[in-house]
Amino acid sequence: MTSIAISAGRQPAWRRFLGFNLLTGIVLAVVGWLIGDWIGGLIHAPSLDYFKVGTGENDIGIMLGYLFGVIGFLVGLGFANYPVRRLLGHPPTLAEHESEGEGVGRYFRLCTDHKVVAIQYIIGIGVFFLVGGINAMLIRTELLQPNVHAFGANQYLTLVGMHGAMMMGIMTSGVLGPFANWLVPLMIGTRRMAFPRVESFTFWLLMAAGVVLITTIFMGGFQTGWTGYQPLGDQGTAGYDAYIGFFALVGLSMCLLGFNLLATIITMRAPGMTWTRLPIFVWSVFATAILMLLAAPMLIAALLMGGLDRTIQTAFYVAGNGGSAYLYQNLFWVFGHPEVYIVAIPGFGIVLELLPVFARKPLWGYRLAVAGMLGVALLSFFVWQHHLFVSGINADLRPFYMLSTELISLPTGFTFLCAMGTLWRGRIRFTVPMLFCLAWAFNFLIGGLSGVLLSDVPSDVTTHGSFFSMAHFHYTIMGGLVFTVFAAIYYWGPKMTGFNFNERLAKIHFWTMFIAFNSTFAPLFALGFLGMPRRVVTYPANLQPLNDWVSVSAFCLGLSMLVFLVNLIWSMLFKREPAAANPWNSKSAEWQLPTPVPVHDFDRFPVFDPDPYPYGVEPATGPALSPAGAGS
Amino acid sequence: MSEVNHFRRVVLWWLLATVIATPLVVFVAAPGLPPGNGTVESSGQVVDNTVLLGLSTPVATAVLVYFIYALVAFREREPAAVLDGPPIRGHSTIQIWWLIVTSAIVLFLAGYGSIRMLDDGSGGGQGPNPIASPEGANHALQVQVIAQQWKFDYRWPAYGGVETPTLELPANRLIEFHVTSLDVIHSFWAYQLAVKADANPGVDNIAFVTTKGPMVFNIHCAELCGVWHGYMFEKGRVVPPAQFSSWIAAQQKQFAPATKNLGPYEKRYFPAPQRRA
Amino acid sequence: MTSAAKRTVGTLVGVVAVCVLIGLYIGLYLTNVPGSAAAVRTSSGEQLYLATVPAAALNDPHNTWVSYYAVNANSGNWRHVTTYTMPAHSLVHMTIYEYDTQTGLRNPFIAQATGTVGGTFTMNGKPVQAVDPATASHIFAIPEIGVSVPLPGPDSSAKNLCSNAPCSLSNAHVTISFTFRTPGRGLYRWQCFVPCALGFINGVGGPMATVGYMDGYIKVV
Repeated sequence: MTSIAISAGRQPAWRRFLGFNLLTGIVLAVVGWLIGDWIGGLIHAPSLDYFKVGTGENDIGIMLGYLFGVIGFLVGLGFANYPVRRLLGHPPTLAEHESEGEGVGRYFRLCTDHKVVAIQYIIGIGVFFLVGGINAMLIRTELLQPNVHAFGANQYLTLVGMHGAMMMGIMTSGVLGPFANWLVPLMIGTRRMAFPRVESFTFWLLMAAGVVLITTIFMGGFQTGWTGYQPLGDQGTAGYDAYIGFFALVGLSMCLLGFNLLATIITMRAPGMTWTRLPIFVWSVFATAILMLLAAPMLIAALLMGGLDRTIQTAFYVAGNGGSAYLYQNLFWVFGHPEVYIVAIPGFGIVLELLPVFARKPLWGYRLAVAGMLGVALLSFFVWQHHLFVSGINADLRPFYMLSTELISLPTGFTFLCAMGTLWRGRIRFTVPMLFCLAWAFNFLIGGLSGVLLSDVPSDVTTHGSFFSMAHFHYTIMGGLVFTVFAAIYYWGPKMTGFNFNERLAKIHFWTMFIAFNSTFAPLFALGFLGMPRRVVTYPANLQPLNDWVSVSAFCLGLSMLVFLVNLIWSMLFKREPAAANPWNSKSAEWQLPTPVPVHDFDRFPVFDPDPYPYGVEPATGPALSPAGAGS
Repeated sequence: MSEVNHFRRVVLWWLLATVIATPLVVFVAAPGLPPGNGTVESSGQVVDNTVLLGLSTPVATAVLVYFIYALVAFREREPAAVLDGPPIRGHSTIQIWWLIVTSAIVLFLAGYGSIRMLDDGSGGGQGPNPIASPEGANHALQVQVIAQQWKFDYRWPAYGGVETPTLELPANRLIEFHVTSLDVIHSFWAYQLAVKADANPGVDNIAFVTTKGPMVFNIHCAELCGVWHGYMFEKGRVVPPAQFSSWIAAQQKQFAPATKNLGPYEKRYFPAPQRRA
Repeated sequence: MTSAAKRTVGTLVGVVAVCVLIGLYIGLYLTNVPGSAAAVRTSSGEQLYLATVPAAALNDPHNTWVSYYAVNANSGNWRHVTTYTMPAHSLVHMTIYEYDTQTGLRNPFIAQATGTVGGTFTMNGKPVQAVDPATASHIFAIPEIGVSVPLPGPDSSAKNLCSNAPCSLSNAHVTISFTFRTPGRGLYRWQCFVPCALGFINGVGGPMATVGYMDGYIKVV
């Protein structure tokens, strides 16, 4: 559509709202919903005897409503334009790229600039992180007392489910969405991702997914937690349809995101950027992308069967009708366990990428670090049944899953060894990003060691499904991913936005977050050991003091996030202190570019130093990266 | 400035920390850990936790001591000047030893855990054909745990298939739980007994426990099963054998009208409706 | 307007909007709890009248779902509440008008009443201990204190069946009454155990899993 390419500068304000943008997307989403609901009614009405009579809801209509709504949303954003034009015989273009010049408007439409998509991802994921975080605060409010007092049992479970699904669904792309999309092209020396439209597509799909999940509160919520176990999910009201739609869209988005990054890293590296010269962050993205591409289809398949059970009355998960409740558990965790490493490995990459900068040393054990990440990625496909240790399935295979689970600590240990080696005899600077990286080491150490108890069958019998496992995965995911995401935001944020953060607020943010995080989750280990199962709205009265402590700490953790939000808004919107080109004196390629990074990144093929971390040595070929056009 | 042997110093600090922390963990903290010593299986889990935590402690102290030492000893003392550290890119001996040591720990953990688990099942659910049954499993007292949304009932094949809404067990007896569900997935967690077994619809999930002396134990559902999941909480009791006999006799008498209505004892049930009502 | 002022206004509007949304979420959805009905003191103890209907009132958001109602026997006033208040450590006489037809039990064991005074209840005035599991239409159970009473319903071939709440005493129904002793103060859940959620798998889900229909709280004060 050529209208997109037209400069919006001289148009009246109302004219700028017309065209393929978010507004059109929302309108078409509503239209799509109505169409889907109408078609669902056509299918449902003549067959009432067969479909759910008496439930008062039409799951076929709701599912089709979500499907057509999302399609309408994407068409409204302009994703159908290019395929339709190609089908009509027009030559291939990358016209969307030109929307770069449109000011703030480009953030509200299909934009194929990888830097714009990255900013979209940060803000979009941040919004849903806020939603998930508020739900966590409300969960802890309910748990202030041993019995129901604030919200009631139904709403509590919806809170738990929405918190988990938001965090495990949307935040899964928390590093690969914003940072890999922004950094990988710069780090490997290309101007764009392999599939720029797909890149934008993954973002808008994720946003559609988040909105679909939020609609569950208008449909009665869902009571299954983020795992959505069947046949409990099958019993659910329409709120569970929202869960299925949400996670299927997230799965599709993840799958395409991983596929796009893989294609980019494999095929678009600049001449001379060989595999052994890739920055370690790119390797972590590579390992994660493999997991995303291979694991997410399992999730989509599991949800599809769940959706068929709910709509056209198949019985994949119904034990008495030839199905099995184990099937869902297996499929879900074949996705679900790689999923937690999708969350963890980018954190390894960020830490190992940042430590050389702030220890002023080359990365210690580059090949070992790469082997560690790929090893974790490979092994993560062979451990899923440790989630079913007491379920009674394959009891004789438990020694194998115990071994494979514990083997994962070997490649994870490589990451620790490389981090520790990089610090050795360095010149360590305690900047804010460095503090977050060091916090990662502490949190992940506790998370990893507590995992030993969960991976051991005899110990797992007690800790399984208790607050102990909850504390364990919050230490690895929140302590591992969220801390490293903040490290990345404080480290690359000035480069991405062109403005500096307020360092005093950043330090307050770090210390409050680190202390409140540990004060929140360390007592949960004790609660688990004292016999408190997960996802309960009531608990024995003697556990109230500990729970109250955790709740108050959790509120402090929430407040520390507010400090960050204030810093973000103040620094980026009001203070707007221009960032230097290379404030950290990093020798990585992306810092050799001017701030802000030019629209087309490089205007000629960049030349990379063969050494990705040339600290303490004279660069072999001048600077790590010859800036584009610097000599001309 | 004389050259300091950082490596030796780290090792010495680590030895010091380990020598202090490990006995504290092994002899002070771990024995008090849940699930306590109420049954043979729970004592076994305490031993297991002690071994795991005892092994984890030197690892934890190694990493923590190293980080603290490095952050203090290698901190930048002249922040104004941007100076680089030495370009050390690895150390193959350290890498190899790290791999050897961590592999040894991991293999030991997996082997130890497997042996412990195969010994008596450790109270975990093992499905319909348990591979790890304690000695004397043929004479175990069978108790069927029937989970439904949202409560547990208990059925006693050895006592005329009577069903009871509460659970009492005889002391010093090998118990064989058969856990099953009538609807969604639940998990039968008898915390102080150290038993946890998922209740799956259409599955007979067996878990063993050998009781010791009389006690009261908590029963929770440990798998999210719907709105009243948090309320699937009750107390069970282990009582002297004589007291158990009179209790079960009283239950048989009280629930005689209900027992008449029950179908024959089965390992798993598929009550109607399965799909749409 | 300068760009700084624009940004200030934009930020303020954004913050206010987020706060309003959070407020609406908590106020309209999370704390949306229906009211409660209190037991009435009589000479012989506390008395509570409930009714179980095959479908909630036509103006209810789920007018196809089975549900409990609190009934005023004298005025015929029906209230759609499932939180019932009663005093601690006292005898409560409960009378339930069962208008819904028979469904049967997933676990036949609970066709026997437990936890009531004498372990029995009356069905249309005559005392019984257990019913035929197939005739059970619903259960009234407070599992934490061991109270569980089966509620046999009218046969589906009965004439003049009630379809939606409110029903009248002239509709086909079974009257069940029983007495139980309340525990100490606290909040207890009660629920139905019959797979009565029409259209949902296992007959559980929907009304069976939603407080306000086949589940609720006993508030002992």
